[in-house]
Amino acid sequence: MRRSSSAESLRARIMPVGVASLRAGVAGHVLVALALFAVLGPFVWIFTASFKHQIAIYAGQFPFTPTLSNFQDVLFGRRSDFAANILNSLTVAGVSTLLVLAVGGLAAYSLHRFRWPAWVSAGFLGWTLVFHMVPVLTLIGPWYIAFRELGLYDSRTALIMTHVTINLPMTVWLMRAFFRDIPPEILEAAHVDGCGPFDAFYRVVLPLALPGLIAAGILAFVFSWNEFPIALSLTSRENATVPVAIARFAQQYEIQHAQMAAASVISTIPAILLMFVGQRFIISGLTLGAVK
Amino acid sequence: MASETAVRRGALAGVLNRTFRHWSLLPAVLLFAALTLYPLLNLVRMSVSTVEFAQGAEVWSFTPKRNFDMLRADDVLRPAVVNTFVFVAVSVAIEMVLGLALAIAVAGVRGKRWLRTLLILPILVPPVAIGSMWKLMYNYDFGIFNQALVALGLQPVNWLGSTSLALLSVIVVDVWHWVPFVFLILFAAVEALPIDLLEAAHVDGASRRQTLRLITIPLLLPAIVVAFLFRAILAFKVFDEVYLLTSGGPGTSTELVNLHLYKVFFEQNQLGYGALLSLAVIAAIVAFLLVSRKATSALRPR
Repeated sequence: MRRSSSAESLRARIMPVGVASLRAGVAGHVLVALALFAVLGPFVWIFTASFKHQIAIYAGQFPFTPTLSNFQDVLFGRRSDFAANILNSLTVAGVSTLLVLAVGGLAAYSLHRFRWPAWVSAGFLGWTLVFHMVPVLTLIGPWYIAFRELGLYDSRTALIMTHVTINLPMTVWLMRAFFRDIPPEILEAAHVDGCGPFDAFYRVVLPLALPGLIAAGILAFVFSWNEFPIALSLTSRENATVPVAIARFAQQYEIQHAQMAAASVISTIPAILLMFVGQRFIISGLTLGAVK
Repeated sequence: MASETAVRRGALAGVLNRTFRHWSLLPAVLLFAALTLYPLLNLVRMSVSTVEFAQGAEVWSFTPKRNFDMLRADDVLRPAVVNTFVFVAVSVAIEMVLGLALAIAVAGVRGKRWLRTLLILPILVPPVAIGSMWKLMYNYDFGIFNQALVALGLQPVNWLGSTSLALLSVIVVDVWHWVPFVFLILFAAVEALPIDLLEAAHVDGASRRQTLRLITIPLLLPAIVVAFLFRAILAFKVFDEVYLLTSGGPGTSTELVNLHLYKVFFEQNQLGYGALLSLAVIAAIVAFLLVSRKATSALRPR
């Protein structure tokens, strides 16, 4: 990314006119400003609402006296399970991310490196693609029955297994793209040095594919943290995740708007944090996923 | 002791290495077989059955006709399908236009990397949080929109509670959520445009509008098609925000296929009929994938 921007500035210096043809006019600047306002406005609004007393929200007060009471009620209130929900979400997202990286990374490498018959490789990749496109709710009925029979209804295990499954297509396709960029000479050199196929994968390929693993890992974590329909259908109270808890806030007979705002703000923290820490990886992951 | 573990580790590594080709794909295949193929087969079995729970145990009975009768008698299904098509068509069309305009505009502005970071925030935020955010903003009594209207001396509007407006309000939320994604994909394509070509057009006296119409957009077409297909398919998957915002109401005015599916399974407890609907949805998606594949390969220049 840094290389491309420096190449761009080099090009801009050589050809100052070229950039002029891309430069946005007044309309472009207005559009960008409006978009920025439209995207950030709702964040700002819910953020301020989460620091308001319920009364201040109802009265539409501004300015207002900020309070932490919503966050206290949500996180430590006796009638709120939200702290447990956060722990559930972190566990499910963390474990399922590690598993999907292992399973999906291995599968992607296997498809890339070894000669599988076409019906295996094309069949597997095609099926992951179809599954990725199909609404997950279509499989929820059979999942519900299967996990009930296994005694895993309302368990984090069930959520971890299903979250690994829904994130597997993205992980396989992403990692395949990253493995393809590794020059085959390196593997040949490892082979000549007496490295077995697994050692070569573990010691040579994985370190080289680390940016890909990070990109896939961040996206898998975020998608698992965000996932709603499965968690809604396969858990009841005990193992509910953050999105399920927020939906419950929103559907109570007497909606606790201030607490709902605070819970929503908390739920956006991982995404925003990762966006600023791992932006490079997220963007490469999201665009690769769409382009390849 | 130490040498013993070293030997054992060596043996294990040897086995791992020798059989790597065989087991590397295995976990993924097993997982996918257990959690997608087996459920799919089960879906077929369920679709011709009635599944009930008696004292915690399932009772399956073979009733193929009953589920088809329910399909015929289901008067929510038709509005759900119509709404879904309206939702997908309108929101994806708006998202494509705004996303493209934004990608081209941001490419020509200073500080575009920062802008990109801020503009794509909605993609990663939990959809449920987006739903609850907008539910608060749309609120009749104290939402930001009605506060603004009242401050201007106008009547407040029932954004989510009126049958004529609710679907549109839901579409606005989807647009807010997904324009950033279209923007991100097309922004990457705009950044990869050959600058020399644009410069040549500029030197040759092409106006900005001509450059856009004759060079920029044709060059972006492959990326536009990809972004469109992605959005068209993923828009069908919408569930979370709408569940939060309206749950399909008022009446059936924002009922969508996925919401209906969820309700059939978990509110009406009709697992057999739900399975039949699920199979229909899967068949529709597969058909769309096949058609769009044919279409894109026909469009692609050789």
